[in-house]
Amino acid sequence: MTNMIRLHTFNGGIHPAENKDQSTSRPIASAGIPSELVLPLHQHIGAAAQPVVAVGDKVLKGQLIAEAEGFVSVPLHAPTSGTIAAIEPRAVPHASGLEELCIVIRSDGADEWITHQGLCQTLNVEHLQDITPRQLVEHIRSCGIAGMGGAGFPTSVKLNIGKQDIHTLILNGAECEPYITADDMLMRERAIEVVKGAQILLHIVGAKRCLIGVEDNKPQAIDALNAALVEVNEQHHIDVVAIPTKYPSGGEKQLIKILTGEEVPSGGIPASIGIVCQNVGTSAAIYRAVELGEPLISRVITVTGDSVARAGNYDAMIGTPVSYLLQLAGYQQQKRERVIMGGPMMGFALPQLELPVIKTSNCLLAPTEKELPLNDVAMACIRCGMCSEACPAELLPQQLYWFSKSQEFDKAEQHNIFDCIECGACSYVCPSHIPLVQYYRYAKGAIRDERAAQAKAEKARLRFEERQARKDREEAEKEARRKARAEAAEKAQQEKKAAAASGDVATAAPAASEELEKLQKKLDAAQTAKAKTQDKLDAAKADESMADKIPAFEAALVKTQDKIKELAKEIAAAKKAAKAAQAAEPAATATDKGDPNSPERLKRKWETAQGRLDTALKRLEQAKAEGLDTVDALQAGIDKQQERVDEAKAAYEAALSGDAPAAPAPSAEELDALRKKILAQEDRVQKMQERHDMAKADGLDTADALAMGVQKQLDKLQQLQQELTAAEALAANANNGAS
Amino acid sequence: MGLLTLSSPHTHGPNSTSKVMAIVALATVPGLIAMTALFGWGTLINVVLACAVALASEAAILLLRKRPVSFFLKDNSALLTGVLLGLALPPFAPFWVTAVATSFAIVFSKQLYGGMGNNPFNPAMVGYALVLVSFPVQMTTAWALSTQMTGAPAMGFADTLSVIFAGNAHLADAFSGATPLDAYKHLIAKSTSDDVLAQATFNGWLNGGWEWVNIAFLVGGVLLILRRIITWHIPVAMLSALTLCSLMFGWDEDMYTPLSLHLLSGATMLGAFFIATDPVTASTTPLGKLIYGAGIGILLFVIRTWGAYPDAVAFAVLLMNFAAPFIDAYTQPRTYGHSKARRGLPEKK
Repeated sequence: MTNMIRLHTFNGGIHPAENKDQSTSRPIASAGIPSELVLPLHQHIGAAAQPVVAVGDKVLKGQLIAEAEGFVSVPLHAPTSGTIAAIEPRAVPHASGLEELCIVIRSDGADEWITHQGLCQTLNVEHLQDITPRQLVEHIRSCGIAGMGGAGFPTSVKLNIGKQDIHTLILNGAECEPYITADDMLMRERAIEVVKGAQILLHIVGAKRCLIGVEDNKPQAIDALNAALVEVNEQHHIDVVAIPTKYPSGGEKQLIKILTGEEVPSGGIPASIGIVCQNVGTSAAIYRAVELGEPLISRVITVTGDSVARAGNYDAMIGTPVSYLLQLAGYQQQKRERVIMGGPMMGFALPQLELPVIKTSNCLLAPTEKELPLNDVAMACIRCGMCSEACPAELLPQQLYWFSKSQEFDKAEQHNIFDCIECGACSYVCPSHIPLVQYYRYAKGAIRDERAAQAKAEKARLRFEERQARKDREEAEKEARRKARAEAAEKAQQEKKAAAASGDVATAAPAASEELEKLQKKLDAAQTAKAKTQDKLDAAKADESMADKIPAFEAALVKTQDKIKELAKEIAAAKKAAKAAQAAEPAATATDKGDPNSPERLKRKWETAQGRLDTALKRLEQAKAEGLDTVDALQAGIDKQQERVDEAKAAYEAALSGDAPAAPAPSAEELDALRKKILAQEDRVQKMQERHDMAKADGLDTADALAMGVQKQLDKLQQLQQELTAAEALAANANNGAS
Repeated sequence: MGLLTLSSPHTHGPNSTSKVMAIVALATVPGLIAMTALFGWGTLINVVLACAVALASEAAILLLRKRPVSFFLKDNSALLTGVLLGLALPPFAPFWVTAVATSFAIVFSKQLYGGMGNNPFNPAMVGYALVLVSFPVQMTTAWALSTQMTGAPAMGFADTLSVIFAGNAHLADAFSGATPLDAYKHLIAKSTSDDVLAQATFNGWLNGGWEWVNIAFLVGGVLLILRRIITWHIPVAMLSALTLCSLMFGWDEDMYTPLSLHLLSGATMLGAFFIATDPVTASTTPLGKLIYGAGIGILLFVIRTWGAYPDAVAFAVLLMNFAAPFIDAYTQPRTYGHSKARRGLPEKK
């Protein structure tokens, strides 16, 4: 060591029995080639890789068999040559015990490499300068490297530091968990690979120095690393730092605190304080990828515990079955069988032995019951606080336990439960043998569920409130219109009385308008038919069992639409004709009677007013849809216009004196149907909107397509609302007429 | 048979609650020896009696509560309550006082709250306070004088048994008297410090032997700290606060009890290391423990100086028990990665 590094310490920590000597007595041995390798597509954090081979394909060692899917993902390579035997769900080493898609390779024993080469022939600092960090990161990604310390975060993502200014690279060789010696043996035997990997990493992140943190219970590893540093003449940038043995000094946050005195902010990443941390195994893998062009297809794994006769470290291919490795180490099945993947503090007990070794598997621990006794029955918590003295995150585990147990999750959150790293130090020291970490896992899960439910409920609430507000608004508008109409009707009534008193009696209606009425009726019928067909079509679309009827409905819809268009044309023509007739007639009538109160004139007046009203209503809808502030003004105008229409209509009807009402008004049932349709459409829009929001939140590509869908549904909704308004106006007119 | 799939961690330290309780009980042994040597067999008999009553009432209430009896008796918490009460009660207290205090402590102040770990108040001190307010005569006159004061050997074993169980209180007349704290507090009102010391009760000895008892408990307490059973926070805060109060308000020996008497007499050290540190009812955060301990120290001084009772460990501890949850809520330590501590109660949503 050339530089003096001032060491810091973290709160708490424990000193469990190390039990490392069992597996360090012999060098790393090759585990050989198992007959079958099972390679889960999801061995890392992020999206699962996508297979690029098919069953029956022959593959060579190092050949790409599954490619990365998205940014946070890594590809997968064949660990040996052979045939793809299956691509199917298999049990994977995950605490859930669930099955996941795996590629199964039947090895041919030849172990034949695919042609491969690194980014440079002989790697040294000078050569490195010719390669850009970007190239290196891309290469690391294409070699399928994910953090080998345990979490399995894609290394390329971690090295993609963007604008962050990285001052320190930390290599984690602490290996603080009892029993595990995979990193220790790797550092002893392949120190040069670790150091060269550090050189590459330094070049990528642009850091000035690299600290390799190793617990002082691994003196041989420290010596080997120092010797390697001398060999590559890198003593000035890279320091091997012996840190006091204390669990969990190998936790990323804890190691950073020990080596730099800085703390990773809660919820943040080390890069935010200018630090990148990588496992020593990952560093060696990076070296092999860059100089030799070897993807990550094997790793060092410790097989230990009193249930195995030959405890030691094995260089095992990814996908090697656990049972195969155990057998290799001379596993003696116990009465109460227990095999832990990882260490005794944070590892998880495997539900079965037919599971593959994956990129993150650093240890198989097969203890006897005597060696690691099963936990006693938990006693009550006496709040002795030994847990908080041991907690490396400076939490109050005793309080978190009470809050978790009593489901006071808000208090648990207040006590920073999400800063818990689940290292198990609290459970280890608890005199009452309470499985504390399990309580925290439960609480964290429950809080996450609660948050998700809350977000959903909040969305639903907003939706409901918006809908309620819209309904209220519509109701108020309707009420205002109704009032206006009532007043107008009253006025008309009085006028009618006045007219009756004057003894002015109207004559028969013109024939042209009769023709027009008939057409109008037909048009209305056609529109109703169209609406019904649309309903059926929508229902069919919603219901999969009716999917085969969709084309028929669609055809019917087109047909009705054509008919409507035809009728509309006819009506227009009839209207023209009527107008022409009236234009001819009034001249006569005018001369005949010269009466401004003649039914024809009144009717025309009414129709003009109605036309204006319709235009105004359309404008209003548009303004509402676009959220213009002219809405109020338009509304006022419409109310006035409505009055005029009513007036004109009343006058005309008075003139006709008791003739049948002109337009066929939509029935109450039809109105209801229309309203229901609108509600259904509203739901559709909301559902669409929700899907869109979700897609947007998840950053899916479908978001845009969904946005268009939402717009389409909204348009449809608007159309329906217009229809309803028109129908209601008609109905209201009819009512007024009847009254 | 499938594999065992228990969740991590898969290993456990050697500690256990029964062991913790047993070690605390054992750490009182120096104090118990000092008390027996100086005040006779009374304390030892009380301890044995209190332990028996504690275990019997624990077993009875566990049966009533339909809980596994031997499992819970093995946690040693009842035993410890018995030991502490036996040490705290006057050496010549009649057997029924001890029995009432102990059974009330176990049944009412512990098991009815849900058993070990769930009681808000220190069970031993609830029992003590109950008999202190209910039987003031027995609780103030049954204190023994130390052999140091009387200059004669302590009362014999048989006589002590007779006093405690047969009610022959007159046998103890020659051996009993007011405690130094009690005597000094009453005498100083009418005279000076020198005069008080010259009185027969003190015979020139300020602490009347109690200093050895307190030093013995101090030794036991330090052992507990070294064994990491308790932390230094509460005892240090309590004794510091008591010292500070005494120096600030009670510095005049001719008016108030002197500091040395405060620290080395009565139940000060027993309280500081064995009673106040009961984890179940104390504050549990580092800062909280300091506040909690200081609170006890201040209350101890206030009650001893201006209150009606000569000693006040029980009341001071019980009063601070009330405050412990509140103190905890506002003294959370800063968590790793946070710029400052989050304190207080969560906001209501």
